[in-house]
Amino acid sequence: MIDAVGNPQSILLLGGTSEIGLATVRAFASDRPMRVVLAARPGPRLDAARTELEALGCGVETVEFDAAQLDTHAEVVRTAFAGGDVDIAIVAFGLLGDNEKAWTDVEHAVELAQVNYTATVSTGVALAERFREQGHGSIVAISSVAGERARRSNFVYGSTKAGMDAFYTGLTEALREHGVTVTIVRPGFVHSKMTDGLDPAPLATTPQAVADVITDAVRKHKELVWAPAPMRFVMSALRHVPRPIFRKLPI
Amino acid sequence: MRSGTPTRRTTALHGWGRTAPTIAQLVTPRGVEDVAEAVRTAGERGVIARGLGRSYGDPAQNAGGVVLDMPGMDRIHTIDQGTGVADVDAGVSLDQLMRAALPHGLWVPVLPGTRQVTIGGAIGADVHGKNHHTKGSFGNHVEWLQLVTADGSVRELTPDGPDAKLFWATVGGMGLTGVITRARVRLHRTESAYFVVDTDRTDDLDGLLELLTDGSDDTYGYSAAWFDTTATGARLGRSVLTRGSLATVDQLPANLRCDPLKFDAPQLLSFPDAFPNGLINKLSVRAFSELWFRKAPRRQRGSVQNITAFYQVLDVFGGWNRVYGSKGFLQYQFVVPRGEETALRRIVERISQSPFDSALNVFKRFGAGNDAPLSFPTEGWTITVDFPITSGLSRFCTELDELVLATGGRLYLAKESRTSPEAFAAGYPRFDEWKAIRDAADPAGVFASDMSRRLKLTL
Repeated sequence: MIDAVGNPQSILLLGGTSEIGLATVRAFASDRPMRVVLAARPGPRLDAARTELEALGCGVETVEFDAAQLDTHAEVVRTAFAGGDVDIAIVAFGLLGDNEKAWTDVEHAVELAQVNYTATVSTGVALAERFREQGHGSIVAISSVAGERARRSNFVYGSTKAGMDAFYTGLTEALREHGVTVTIVRPGFVHSKMTDGLDPAPLATTPQAVADVITDAVRKHKELVWAPAPMRFVMSALRHVPRPIFRKLPI
Repeated sequence: MRSGTPTRRTTALHGWGRTAPTIAQLVTPRGVEDVAEAVRTAGERGVIARGLGRSYGDPAQNAGGVVLDMPGMDRIHTIDQGTGVADVDAGVSLDQLMRAALPHGLWVPVLPGTRQVTIGGAIGADVHGKNHHTKGSFGNHVEWLQLVTADGSVRELTPDGPDAKLFWATVGGMGLTGVITRARVRLHRTESAYFVVDTDRTDDLDGLLELLTDGSDDTYGYSAAWFDTTATGARLGRSVLTRGSLATVDQLPANLRCDPLKFDAPQLLSFPDAFPNGLINKLSVRAFSELWFRKAPRRQRGSVQNITAFYQVLDVFGGWNRVYGSKGFLQYQFVVPRGEETALRRIVERISQSPFDSALNVFKRFGAGNDAPLSFPTEGWTITVDFPITSGLSRFCTELDELVLATGGRLYLAKESRTSPEAFAAGYPRFDEWKAIRDAADPAGVFASDMSRRLKLTL
């Protein structure tokens, strides 16, 4: 159960090696250790994440999870709930991909679409079922500012995030009456392994800073947050810039 | 299905602190058969009884499961003037019982800070009042109770009968041994519904402790102090101690003597749900504390007061929990055993130096505890403070937990909303004994609440 001061007792991280996801788990664990289920592909990165969280006093379970294997998702979620209620589930997996390759190469485009959109829908449906049954909890969906208005430089990624974002926005409404809060997080440019080698955009942030935004949002039952917060105003303005001007902007 | 089976209503429920709401199926039973039926058909997430929702945290919530709305069962079967015993349904409130008992010259033996508590809730939390040092807690005055257990059977329990263990596990058991549906409670005789009250203002904690240990406290039936958590240094723990006893007719002023048993407790106003967060802050708490301390007489003897003036000040205001805003608040109540006064002083110091502000603070001496393994009161000092939910409060309360546990003290489940399973269990050395009795009565875990999941009280 999430207690009166907003501390959870269990967290499921889908994308168990995600830097933002792990930073969020650490941020919650710094107030109180808890049961953590890491859903990810087995490997040294998952092992390292487990070791690090165990050192913080958390009880860690791992579940093998491959975002591309859609037909396994219901089972992954079922396994995660087998050990008891899950108070917070974080949907933190995704691919950035190579935009120029993605809009010219079917295979790469489909891979991005499957992982970033189809798989987040498939896990979202499975999560919604379990959360509805337990009558409480929070789902955190890590979206992106890129989904707010697709840019030439990463529109394939942006389009998948736009779809994911719309799905979880709807889920927010559908689950509210079941006592479940869905929080959509829209980070801007985050310094992480995903963006390694890319030029940082303005208002670039870190996984730790995004994690602080997420813990605060979950504790306050916020349904949509930006990281960093001023991104909301930047994107709100950009969304309304006429297209002829938008395409000339250095973004 | 028999006709008129209660319907299930999907409802969000939270405690009096207005934190951590969850969704449950609310069922309003009209009799013991409805309760038994609901227990038998509870489903995977189980069932818990709920009274008037005055517990601060989550003991009367059951996310995804069934919650029984007990105030619908509110029949007072008999009040026997000869023996002084009231036979009542579990959904009867203490307010209702008091109004019914007073014309007979009878008084509810234990009253907590509000009368808006059901009999079932009073037993389940084993509530205490200002008279704990003389009369013990609520469970001490129950001579029989009816319990619907996990298999849907109706049991009758007495404190020293064949099922005494289950009786005492039910007292203070937070509804996790079964659903209390009816009870017989021993009432006390009284000549009036008024108190004769003595007030003493003390300049610091030592002054308060001295008044509570010089033997004078035993001469009063009722005793509790308000203390100032904003005062530090030499004024640390300055307080207003009010002590009194039920008045005899001779002690009343002439105008009250014609109707001494009149129930004199109006509700003046009810607060709307329109208060902003942050209204209870450093400034407002300081101002309130200063005022509350200054307005109290330094020393006053023999003042005649009605129950709300002396006892249940907050019952004058409906929905007073709304003052804390939408984020809600928590109440932190603990007991520290007698002999641990030095540690107690350190805890009071820690609270007064913290950035967290509390206005409604109670300090009270407990007498001896009872046989119930999860009953909260034990001989010593109990303190209650209210904190609005703010960032950093979680860590501060965890720190307080450690200080309290180090003295051999414990936390009160009727107020609890955020501690860890380990910290809770560490305060109750008889927890395993309680759990064994509970698990035997409910091996499948039919009774469950958000609190039982959070503190791992069951399974």
